[in-house]
Amino acid sequence: MNLTLHVWRQTGPDTNGTMERYEARDVSPDMSFLEMLDVVNEGLVEAGQMPIAFDHDCREGICGSCGMMINGVAHGPSKGTATCQLHMRTFEDGASVYIEPWRSRAFPVIKDLVVNRGALDRIIAAGGFISAQTGGAQDANNIPVAKQDSDDAMDAAACIGCGACVAACPNGSASLFTAAKISHLGALPQGQPERNRRAQRMVLQMDSEGFGHCTLYGECQEACPKEISIDTIARMNRDFVGSTVAAREEKALGGTG
Amino acid sequence: MELRSKIPSGPLEKKWDKHRFEMKLVNPANKRKHTVIVVGSGLAGGAAAATLSELGYNVKCFCFQDSPRRAHSIAAQGGINAAKNYQNDGDSIFRLFYDTIKGGDFRAREGNVYRLAQTSVNIIDQCVAQGVPFAREYGGLLANRSFGGAQVSRTFYARGQTGQQLLLGAYQALEKEVSKGGVTMYPRTEMLDVVIVNGRARGIVVRDMVSGAIETHLADAVILGTGGYGNVFFLSTNAKGSNATAIWRAYKRGAAFANPCFTQIHPTCIPVAGEHQSKLTLMSESLRNDGRVWVPKRKEDCAKAPNAIPEADRDYYLERKYPSFGNLSPRDIASRAAKEVCDEGRGVGPGGRGVYLDFGDAIKRVGVDKIAERYGNLFEMYQRITDENPYEVPMRIYPAVHYTMGGLWVDYNLMSTIPGLHVTGEANFSDHGANRLGASALMQGLADGYFIVPLTIGDYIGSTKLEPVAADHPDVQATEAAVRDRVNKLLAVKGTRTVTSFHRELGRTMWEYCGMARSAEGLRKALEIIPKLRDEFWRDVRIPGTGAELNQSLEHAGRVADFFELAELMCLDALHREESCGGHFRVEHQTPDGEALRDDEHFTYVAAWEFAGEGKPPVLNKEPLVFENVALSQRSYK
Ligand SMILES: Cc1cc2nc3c(=O)[nH]c(=O)nc-3n(C[C@H](O)[C@H](O)[C@H](O)COP(=O)(O)OP(=O)(O)OC[C@H]3O[C@@H](n4cnc5c(N)ncnc54)[C@H](O)[C@@H]3O)c2cc1C
Ligand code: FES
Repeated sequence: MNLTLHVWRQTGPDTNGTMERYEARDVSPDMSFLEMLDVVNEGLVEAGQMPIAFDHDCREGICGSCGMMINGVAHGPSKGTATCQLHMRTFEDGASVYIEPWRSRAFPVIKDLVVNRGALDRIIAAGGFISAQTGGAQDANNIPVAKQDSDDAMDAAACIGCGACVAACPNGSASLFTAAKISHLGALPQGQPERNRRAQRMVLQMDSEGFGHCTLYGECQEACPKEISIDTIARMNRDFVGSTVAAREEKALGGTG
Repeated sequence: MELRSKIPSGPLEKKWDKHRFEMKLVNPANKRKHTVIVVGSGLAGGAAAATLSELGYNVKCFCFQDSPRRAHSIAAQGGINAAKNYQNDGDSIFRLFYDTIKGGDFRAREGNVYRLAQTSVNIIDQCVAQGVPFAREYGGLLANRSFGGAQVSRTFYARGQTGQQLLLGAYQALEKEVSKGGVTMYPRTEMLDVVIVNGRARGIVVRDMVSGAIETHLADAVILGTGGYGNVFFLSTNAKGSNATAIWRAYKRGAAFANPCFTQIHPTCIPVAGEHQSKLTLMSESLRNDGRVWVPKRKEDCAKAPNAIPEADRDYYLERKYPSFGNLSPRDIASRAAKEVCDEGRGVGPGGRGVYLDFGDAIKRVGVDKIAERYGNLFEMYQRITDENPYEVPMRIYPAVHYTMGGLWVDYNLMSTIPGLHVTGEANFSDHGANRLGASALMQGLADGYFIVPLTIGDYIGSTKLEPVAADHPDVQATEAAVRDRVNKLLAVKGTRTVTSFHRELGRTMWEYCGMARSAEGLRKALEIIPKLRDEFWRDVRIPGTGAELNQSLEHAGRVADFFELAELMCLDALHREESCGGHFRVEHQTPDGEALRDDEHFTYVAAWEFAGEGKPPVLNKEPLVFENVALSQRSYK
């Protein structure tokens, strides 16, 4: 099959980008979307041009590196599929495909389709963890967890941190990402001691990074390659409100003696 | 070069305890004054960085992805072993130790492997405390599954995403330490050399992959947790970015490289579909718990639809040849068996390079829902790639390069032959001998990262006088200059061929001559082809753009340049090892029924290769392996 690509090219963070047109010839329907781009890039290099820069690593839909807007849709047309797992058989021969980077104030473009998603790491650093220092943990089976709770935790923990939810959201909100972590840890008994503090700190960090507010459009859930449910956002809101109501002054750690 | 393994004396069960007591400690108030560099944020690097910071060290952690959470460990599917014996099926620390030694075809160190088995139980405790959502039974206790090479059920898992969940646990611990200021994270930063001052590793030279700036970071000790080098074959199950540059640069600065030819070919991967193929996808070994492997008995049936081939005309060759382990035979054995039936012309699918993995019986036995619960995401992944529904037609699978047992030589403290340079996880050679058992890499990465290296680093720092190193020290400047020169040299070639075309060609050569079956003749041929191709690379590679920008061709070129050199060492090692063991199968050395034939008299050693200078042959050093607790035997899974 043959396709016409329109790809966002931008040489650096401080330059203006443009859409450029490329012809992708003899594409096999068994190729993945990224393999199709590989072939286009080989052609560009052979013609002495810069290949299209895009992030990718595992190519198995699990590392969350890849991600682009394909015809205006985060990760393209297949539901529950990251860009690297999208296959060319989903496209019609002769189709035009528009490829752009994630668009969000909180994800500045670095080059072409590569954006800076460091804000997501900072949200996790703000509280997306259980403080269990290495060593000294009790025997694992001393903490029984109801299978349902464990399954709920796993459903939320499946997030790959790709940022598609942000890119898909008309407000550019990172609520689904943040809520997924709050729900994962909040569903487990081990996560209870820090539950309020976690929600408080992660939500405040999210707000400070320039992400928009959630008005429940639901686009995030549609775009998520792991199909994380928007119900997690309700849980986040509950924990956040709870944390504000239950807020107590934090005492400094440790003694003076 | 002297190879001192530093295995503590005394009985096997007491060695680690004894060593922990004898190691030097660093005063808590002094730890903050010591900087430790950790290259890698996978299980082996991320866990070490987080734990060292918890202990009080000042840690700098580096990775080439845009976030530490994306390290290749994230892709591990099936599970992690631990000798918990929660199933009461006869497991024990000794059994896990024994299975690992035997699985590795008696080419690993007893002392290290025993410590790994001991530590395995702490890993599960630690991960559960962090909130890793392992699979559970209705009663709320942890669930287990079986993996190849074991007859007990000791593998813990989180659906088909065990690596992801374990890595997220380590990543979250790492971010916790970032927020406290103990760890500074450097993503999109690639290490290109180790800085050695007065014979000790004192830092690294890196390239900022966004700005292109080349910089030096100094420290008191360096840890490499940079993963495996399977991508030397171009097509492998590894992530596209996985590379050997960090360990290869260290090798060229004096770290011995052990058993480079020990490569694992995983039996259950989706077969190659075409020329455009950029990587291969693993189908977790856990599938062999329920899937049955077969090919048609007769060549004539290979083109038929699998469901049209009656039971009587199918050859369940693993069950036939290895009745006691059957479909759960170890990886090396299952891979070779698949190659054998395909070589006989009984393979299925394009080019006859595939075998069936059939869930028909399992679905009849436990129902579609149960199978979907166990493997749903793997089935989905398979269907997405192949456009075939594995609930209805058997999967087609074929072996692919998956893991490298070889790596930098380390002693019991996980320190390489360069003092101060420690190596963890897949990047070292330590625990898996000539073949790794399934679900044991995650275990090793986390054992090294959480429980071993944080202590041995303390011993090193506590027992070594480390003078401050000035940024303008001549050795520092020289290393940085060498890195700049190399980058400029690559950019200056301005040839005609793309980096990928060279990488693909190198990979094909390695797969052909240094893959599943190796011969002296083939290896000699590879040793002629590779240097020629390498010369052509340095004459004719084309890297567009400059070094002062994000330049993915340049990154790839640097890695491929190192793969060329490593490939040669792998072939040399494979040629010198005149025996078959584990994943290293030399066609000249096999039993009458085609199994690997070891030569214990001559090859019960670790081959640690030492760089002797450009253009000179590397020097082979041998660390003899001593077995005091298990008897060497021919590995049998029959
Ligand atoms: C598809 C797949 C499935 C697997 N499934 C299982 C399983 O079920 N069970 C099991 O036990 N094992 C499994 N394995 C093996 C296991 O996942 C790996 O061996 C293990 O995760 C390696 O961990 P690591 O920390 O050593 O390296 P990695 O996770 O590869 O991490 C390497 C790190 O080093 C960094 N790095 C590398 N080079 C540089 C450089 N030059 N400069 C800066 N940073 C650098 C990377 O950015 C990364 O952070 C699987 C492997 C694959 C490929
Ligand atoms: S490349 Fe890893 S998720 Fe797409």
